[in-house]
Amino acid sequence: MKYKCGIAGAALIAGLCSAGAAQAETISVVTFGGAYEAAAKQAYFDPFTKETGIGFSLEAYDGGLAKLSAMVEAKNTTWDLIDLESNDAIAGCDEGLLEKLDLSTLGDTSDFIPGSVTPCAVATMVWSTVFAYDSTKLTTAPKAVADFFDTKAFPGKRGLRKSPKATLEWALLADGVAAADVYKVLATPEGVDRAFKKLDTIKKDIVWWEAGSQAPQLLADGAVVMVQAYNGRISNAVKEQGKPFVTVWDGQVYDFEWWGVPTGAKNAEAAKKFIAYQAKPEVLSQLSRYIAYAPPRKKAVELIDAETLKGMPTAPANFGNAVQIDVPFWTDNFDALNKRFTAWLAQ
Amino acid sequence: MSLSPDMIDRAGAYRRARRRDARRAFALALPLLAFLLLTFIAPLAMLLLRGVQNPELGRAMPDLAAVIAEWDGAGLPPEEVAATLAAELPRAQEAGSLGPLARRLNFYLPEFRSLLLKTARRLPAASDDWRAALAAIDPRWTTPEPWRVLQRAAINPTPDYLLAALDAKIGPAGGIAAAPRDESVYVDAFARTIWISGLVTLICLLCGYPVAWLLANLPPKPAGRLMILVIVPFWTSLLVRTTAWYVLLQPGGVINSLLQAAGLVAEPLPLVFNRTGVLIGMTHILLPFMILAIYSVMKGISPVYMRAALSLGAHPVLAFPRIYLPQTLPGVGAGCFLVFVLALGYYITPALLGGAGDEMISQLIAIQTNQQLNWGLAGALSAYLVLFTLIFYFIFNRLVGVDRLRFG
Repeated sequence: MKYKCGIAGAALIAGLCSAGAAQAETISVVTFGGAYEAAAKQAYFDPFTKETGIGFSLEAYDGGLAKLSAMVEAKNTTWDLIDLESNDAIAGCDEGLLEKLDLSTLGDTSDFIPGSVTPCAVATMVWSTVFAYDSTKLTTAPKAVADFFDTKAFPGKRGLRKSPKATLEWALLADGVAAADVYKVLATPEGVDRAFKKLDTIKKDIVWWEAGSQAPQLLADGAVVMVQAYNGRISNAVKEQGKPFVTVWDGQVYDFEWWGVPTGAKNAEAAKKFIAYQAKPEVLSQLSRYIAYAPPRKKAVELIDAETLKGMPTAPANFGNAVQIDVPFWTDNFDALNKRFTAWLAQ
Repeated sequence: MSLSPDMIDRAGAYRRARRRDARRAFALALPLLAFLLLTFIAPLAMLLLRGVQNPELGRAMPDLAAVIAEWDGAGLPPEEVAATLAAELPRAQEAGSLGPLARRLNFYLPEFRSLLLKTARRLPAASDDWRAALAAIDPRWTTPEPWRVLQRAAINPTPDYLLAALDAKIGPAGGIAAAPRDESVYVDAFARTIWISGLVTLICLLCGYPVAWLLANLPPKPAGRLMILVIVPFWTSLLVRTTAWYVLLQPGGVINSLLQAAGLVAEPLPLVFNRTGVLIGMTHILLPFMILAIYSVMKGISPVYMRAALSLGAHPVLAFPRIYLPQTLPGVGAGCFLVFVLALGYYITPALLGGAGDEMISQLIAIQTNQQLNWGLAGALSAYLVLFTLIFYFIFNRLVGVDRLRFG
């Protein structure tokens, strides 16, 4: 009797194990969440799963290398694929937190925007920090970054990302610095003082947000009259929820978004295969259908229809007064400027 | 009367029996103690220790750490130091330990990261005069700052994090100097945290004492119903309650809409993203602790004393503070202590409901841990927080005997 139970039990366990082994791999991917995650799922993850059978398990975070650093240090990397901002991609590569990629698997990369393919990370889209307002709440339309800082003409609260990045650049732009000179001025102590002095003029009217999806939420709640946001989140709120938001492109601070593979990832090979897959122009161009972020390669841009192109950060009409985020500057100076920024916040 | 051998033997047997019982009790509690030690005390100790550890330079460039420690700090270091740096830099880059070192040094001196990485990239294979070679790569190597930073990074264990947590640092001359005004956050943050916690404790006491009295003195059925109203929010998730407060307090939220509809206010009141929101949210969440602590003591107070005072002719208003109140003091003390210590460590509620000027120390610790990756500073700040908590514990114990706390 005991024998039979034992054999039956062993057979059952063996059957379950083999069933488990036959199951497809899963890539554990972490992104900035919200509307971007949903768009990436439709544009990249689902087609990849259909083609290769490899599934994805999705997670969200707000940027920064803290968790990744902790994982690599503990030698227990649970993420296989990570969505990074530029300075995190560079710092991560320098500190050995990201695996080196075999760039030959991407094929011909000559039509990529210069600087969007690096040894540890491949750019997947161009995104931009812009500001938006509710057209039903404001009678006159703000047109420039200077209007964001003008509480007399446009009274009410403003929403800003709780980070010196993009915030300090805007303060200088609103103070009259030309887009091409912003980082030259910001590199000097007088320039930093100037930026903080400009921010002081609206300090009591600022509501600070940390997660990308908080920005359109604050605007929808009426907690702010204008909000600094990632452009894709605003365009999604307009498209999917029909909100009457209008994006102001003047002074947009644009940047690349990167895919990287953490060191010690358990499914590193599958993740690298995915990066090569999504770099193909026909796949890359799919993202723009779901969220207003532009692909970083010319061949993919050519595949996007004119109507969608109008809403891109890189569209000529939107690109008038744009500032490309200076990654080396922020990689070096983020710590010091963030310290000053945190102190300024508390005062 | 002298002690007979019989009695001494019994006293000894009694002591031995007590000791045996104590050992058995300790043995039963041992698994729990081991569990606490492993999962709570050890990780905490490791984080606090990080506040004094400085291993990055020693790990990446051990020879440089040894050589630069001998430099007296005046002017520029000797050629030997520059030569050791030049020898070890490529080695550190190969081993992958240069990145974490560069990040750590960037905390001391902005742009050091790029200086170090640039130097590693452009270093010549060999040179007679390494100081000149380094100066040729970047003129910053001819100033004393980078060298002083390297020297400070070689000191392990280091007081730098503990000093930085109090907005101070070791100045060039070797003494303790205060950090510039526009970089000093932490002392203000500690003061603000203690102030907000104290305020919340006071408000909780004023609101919680009458509720506890009601709970203790109502007949069982109404008391039971009132107790549910206190306990059920207590069991609800902290995050859910904080978010609910956001929905209630926001400019277009329930409270403002009601006030505007009733015509009491013209413009929506600023109730969130400021000190008001933080106080309201924290009071709501910490109130059950205060109520239950005071209630548990009040339940044990016999009504006989008040009745006796009244029968002897005391006016109720006089009798209450002189007879009833002193008996509830252990509960009040315990409740205040509990609420205060919990409020000191609060993170979610001030983060969601507060503005920029309401940041409590735990938010700053979180910034260091999650964004800046400066775990040394996070450890130092945490060490001060634990220290303050212990100091308050001893003060409270002296004042009201917190050891007598019982929960209902």
